[in-house]
Amino acid sequence: MTDLAHIRNFSIVAHIDHGKSTLADRLIQMTDTVAERDMKEQLLDAMDIERERGITIKANTVRIDYTADNGEQYVLNLIDTPGHVDFAYEVSRSMRAVEGSLLVVDSTQGVEAQTLANVYQAIDADHELIPVLNKIDLPASDLDRAAEQIEDVIGIDASGAIPVSAKTGEGIRETLEAIVHHLPPPAGDETAPLKAMLVDSKYDLYLGVVVLVRIIDGRMKKGDRIKMMQTGATYNVERIGVFRPAMTVVESLGPGEIGFITASIKQVRDTRVGDTITHEKKPCAEALPGFKPSVPVVFCGLFPVDSAQFEDLRDAIDKLALNDASFSFEMESSAALGFGFRCGFLGLLHLEVIRDRIEREYDIELITTAPSVIYHVYTKDGEMLELHNPADMPDMANVDHIEEPRIKATILVPDEFLGDVLKLCQDRRGIQEELTYAGSRAMVVYDLPLNEVVFDFYDRLKSVTKGYASFDYQMTGYREDNLVKMSILVNDEPVDALSTMVHRDRAEMRGRAMVEKLKDLIPRHMFKIPIQAAIGGKVIARETLSAMRKDVTAKCYGGDASRKRKLLDKQKAGKKKMRQFGKVDIPQEAFISALKMDG
Amino acid sequence: MRSDWQNGGFGIYVHWPFCEAKCPYCDFNSHVAREIDHPRWLRAYLKEIEAYGAALPGRVVSSVFFGGGTPSLMQPEVVAAVIEKIRETWPIANDLEVTLEANPGSVEAGRFRSYREGGVSRVSMGVQALNNADLRALGRLHSVEEARAAFETARHAFDRVSFDLIYARQRQTPESWRQELSEAVNMVVDHLSLYQLTIEQGTAFGDRYNAGRLKGIPEDDDAAQMYEITQEITQKAGYDAYEVSNHARPGSECRHNMVYWRYGDYVGIGPGAHGRISIDGSRFATEALKQPNAWLEATERSTGEKLREALTAEDQSTEMLLMGLRLSEGVSISRFEALAGSPLDQERITELDELGVLGVSGDKLMATQKGRFVLNSVLAKLLGG
Ligand SMILES: Nc1nc2c(ncn2[C@@H]2O[C@H](COP(=O)(O)OP(=O)(O)OP(=O)(O)O)[C@@H](O)[C@H]2O)c(=O)[nH]1
Ligand SMILES: C[S@@+](CC[C@H](N)C(=O)[O-])C[C@H]1O[C@@H](n2cnc3c(N)ncnc32)[C@H](O)[C@@H]1O
Ligand code: SF4
Ligand SMILES: [Mg+2]
Repeated sequence: MTDLAHIRNFSIVAHIDHGKSTLADRLIQMTDTVAERDMKEQLLDAMDIERERGITIKANTVRIDYTADNGEQYVLNLIDTPGHVDFAYEVSRSMRAVEGSLLVVDSTQGVEAQTLANVYQAIDADHELIPVLNKIDLPASDLDRAAEQIEDVIGIDASGAIPVSAKTGEGIRETLEAIVHHLPPPAGDETAPLKAMLVDSKYDLYLGVVVLVRIIDGRMKKGDRIKMMQTGATYNVERIGVFRPAMTVVESLGPGEIGFITASIKQVRDTRVGDTITHEKKPCAEALPGFKPSVPVVFCGLFPVDSAQFEDLRDAIDKLALNDASFSFEMESSAALGFGFRCGFLGLLHLEVIRDRIEREYDIELITTAPSVIYHVYTKDGEMLELHNPADMPDMANVDHIEEPRIKATILVPDEFLGDVLKLCQDRRGIQEELTYAGSRAMVVYDLPLNEVVFDFYDRLKSVTKGYASFDYQMTGYREDNLVKMSILVNDEPVDALSTMVHRDRAEMRGRAMVEKLKDLIPRHMFKIPIQAAIGGKVIARETLSAMRKDVTAKCYGGDASRKRKLLDKQKAGKKKMRQFGKVDIPQEAFISALKMDG
Repeated sequence: MRSDWQNGGFGIYVHWPFCEAKCPYCDFNSHVAREIDHPRWLRAYLKEIEAYGAALPGRVVSSVFFGGGTPSLMQPEVVAAVIEKIRETWPIANDLEVTLEANPGSVEAGRFRSYREGGVSRVSMGVQALNNADLRALGRLHSVEEARAAFETARHAFDRVSFDLIYARQRQTPESWRQELSEAVNMVVDHLSLYQLTIEQGTAFGDRYNAGRLKGIPEDDDAAQMYEITQEITQKAGYDAYEVSNHARPGSECRHNMVYWRYGDYVGIGPGAHGRISIDGSRFATEALKQPNAWLEATERSTGEKLREALTAEDQSTEMLLMGLRLSEGVSISRFEALAGSPLDQERITELDELGVLGVSGDKLMATQKGRFVLNSVLAKLLGG
C-alpha cells in the first residue's frame, strides 16, 4: 500500500512519432520494471498492427516503482498514448485518469499540430505539464528552437523543459525526478465510499472482459460486490491487479491507483468508458462526470465476404467496441451485400485499423463500402434526415437542400511547402481563415468540408510536404452546399456500395477519377464492362474495361492433373475475395481504393 | 460395367530427371548431375514397373512416354530394356505409341537410330526457337542448324516426329512470330507443340522477372495476338488445334497426351512422376518422390511413390473437365455427371454459351475457339466460385 504522497500518475503525450513509446521503454527499463531479456523496442506497442505500422493505436498503462534521489520510494503509473489524430479519444480519456503529462517534443521537428491539440486537452483536464525535448542524440536536434516554439506557439514556460534522448537514455533520470517533484500527487479519501473511474476495457481470450480502473476514493479488493453507476450492472470482483506491463494480481487498489479488474462480465454493453464503479452496498453519493462522448465522423458498411460469417462479425465487433470507445456501429442490410454493420470512425486510419483487426484477430474477411460522412438532408416538407449512407439518399425532387459537416483544420508547415499546402486546401474547397508565421514555419487554419479531408487528405498532405507538415482538426458545424449523389454503374447496373456524395462542381473530376480507378481495380472478365459515373440519370464519366483476351495455361504438365485442380482452387479462393454485382466480380478493396484521389 | 478410365485408355509415363544444363525458364523436375549410374536407374525403373504391373494386371497399354528432363540422354539400352519390361508386364495395343522427348543436339541425334531399334516410334524435339540469338537467350545449348539437322535425322529414323516451340519470348513481336511459325510449318513435321513462355517462380527467369531485369516480355495483348496468329497459321497449313497448345495433322495427335486429356489411367514412373490409377472402383492419384536420389533410394528400399490418395467424386469430375475442355473434341456431359454424381449447372452453361465461349452439341460440351483463349475463366465459372 502506497500513501498518496508517493504516487504519481501521468500520461505521455506528443505529436505522432515524437518518441512517446520509446520514452516509455526507457522509463520502464531504468526502473527495472521488465527483465532486460524481455525488453524490446516500443514494448507497449504489442498489437501486430502497431508493430507493423510503427505507431501506437491503443493507450497502455504501466506501473513502475521508482526510488528517487531523496531515497524515497514512489509508485508511478504511466499511460503511453497514441499520436495520430484518429486516436485522439484515447488521449483525452487517458488524461482524465491522471494528474499530469509529459509533453514530448521531438527537438529535430519542434512543435507540431498534435502538440498543440494535446496542450489544449491538458488544459481542459487541469493537468500539470512537463515539456520533454526528445531525440537530442540526433544532429538535427535544435533545443533552443524547440524551446522557443513551446513558448511562442504554445505559450507555456519552457525553462524547465528536459533534454532527453529516449534512444540513448540520456535525461531519463532527470525526467523521473521531475515527475516526482513537479507533478502533483493524486487526491483521494481512502475512508470514503468507493469511487472508481472506468477508463477503458478490452476483451481477453482467457480472462474475458478486463476493465481498466482508476480509483478516486475508497478501496477495491477481490470479492467486492461492485456496481456500474450508469448501467446499474452489478458484479463480483474476481481478479484485481496492475500492469507491469504484464497483468499482475494485487490484494487491492486504493485511492490514486490505476489497475485492472475482471468480474465475469458477459454483457459487453455493461462496461461503458467514463462510468463510475462503486460498491453495491455502500455506493458513493455522486458519480463522476463521465467522458465527453467521441463523435464518429466517417461511416462505412462492413460486410462479411462470406455471408455465413455474419454472427462471427457481430461478435467480433462487440468485442472490439469494448476496446475502442470511439467506434460505433449498427446493423445494416443491403440487397447486394447481405447483412453487415454500418460503422462510425474518427478517421480513415481508424477505419483501416478496425477493419484490419477484425480480419486478423477474428479471421473474417470483409467488404468495406465507400466511406461517407453524415450529411443533413432537408426535404421539401421541412424534415431533416441524417444521411449516413449515400445509398439512402431520397429522390432529389423531394430534397430542398443538403448540408455537410465542416471542420477547422490547423496545419503547421515549413515555408517552402506552404504553396503546395494552400493549393491542396483550395482544391479541397477550403476557405482560408488564418495564416501566421512562427520562425520559418507557417501555421494555416482552414475551414474545410469534412468529406474532402476524411479519405486521403492526410496522405496527400504528407506527400506534398515530404512529411514535414502536421495537421489537426475539429468539427465546427454544418453548412449548405451544392451537393449531389453520384452513382457508379458497373456493367450498366448501379453499385450502391460505391455511391458517394460530391460537390456538384467537383463531380465530373471525381467521377472520372473513380471510373479510372475502378478500371484498374476490377479484373478483366470474359466480356467487356462499361464503368460509369452518373448523377441522377446523367452519365458524367465513362470507361470501358476491355474483355480478357487470354488466360489459358499454355504449358502442359503431362499427367499432373492435381496442379490444374490447385490452380482452379486458387482461382476460386481469389473469387471469394470479391463480391458479385450482376455478372461482375468486384474486389473487396475496390470500395475504399476507388475513393482515394491522386490529386 | 465399363470403368470411367476406359474413356481415355491406359498409358505409362517414365520420367528421366537429368539434363546437360538447366534452362533458365524451366521448372520441370530436371537436374544437372555429374555422374549417372545408368544400370542402377534401369533396375529402379524395372522394379517400379513390376510393382505397378502387379497392381494393374491385364491392362492394355496404348502408349509409353519418356519425358524429362532430357530422356535423349538415356542410354539406348536402358530405354530398350524399359520398353521390353513393359511389353512383358502388360498386353500391348497393336498400334502402341512410344514417344521420347529429345533435345535437338548433335550428340542426341547420333542415338536416334538406336532408340528406334529399341522400340521408340516417335520423338518430340525441344527446338524452342528458330533463331540463334533467341536460343542463346533461352539458355539452350543447341543452334538452329543443329536442330534442323537433328530434325532431318529424326524424320528418317522415326515414323512420327513432333517439335516444340516457345513463343512470347523476350523482345518477340507478333510479326516475327508469324515469320518463325511459317517457317516451322514448312518443315514437314506432323505435330507441333506451341507453348507461350510462362515465367515460373523459382526459375532464373522468375527471379530476373521479379527483379525487373527480364526485359521485353510481350504484354498480355501482344501475347494474345501471338496465340491468335498461332491458330491462324497452323490451321492454314493443315494442322488441327486439337488441344490448347498442340497442333497435329489429322491422325498424328499425340496418343499419350490424349490419355491425360481424356482422363484415362496412367502409371507415372520416375522422380516426381504423377499417375492416375483405378483399382477396385476407386481412382487414385499417385506422386513419386521428386529428388532423383531420394526416389532412387526409396525405390530400392520399397517404392518411389510418396503419395497414393483416393480421389473424391468431385475431384475426379473436376479433373476430367479441366483436362477435357482443353481438347477441341470437348467432354461428354453424361460422363461428367456420372463421375460427379450430380448434374452440371445448366444456368452457368447457358450464360457461358451466351458469351460465346462454350458450346453444347448433343452429349458433348466444348470450349469454342474464343472460349479456349480464356479457358481458365470458363472453367472457374463452370465449376462454381
Ligand atoms: N534517434 C532517436 N530516435 C528516436 C528517439 N526517440 C524515438 N525515436 C525514434 O522515433 C520513431 C518513433 O518513435 P515512437 O516511440 O514509436 O514514437 P511515438 O511518439 O510513440 O509514435 P506514435 O505512438 O505513433 O504517435 C522510432 O523510430 C524511434 O526509434 C530518440 O531519442 N532518438
Ligand atoms: C518437359 S519439357 C522439355 C523437354 C526437353 N528437355 C527440352 O527442353 O527440349 C517440354 C516442353 O515444355 C516447354 N516448356 C518448358 N518450360 C516452359 C516454360 N517456362 N514456358 C513455356 N514452355 C515451356 C518446352 O517447349 C519444352 O520443350
Ligand atoms: S527445358 Fe528441357 S533441357 Fe531445359 S532444363 Fe528443362 S527439361 Fe532440361
Ligand atoms: Mg507510440
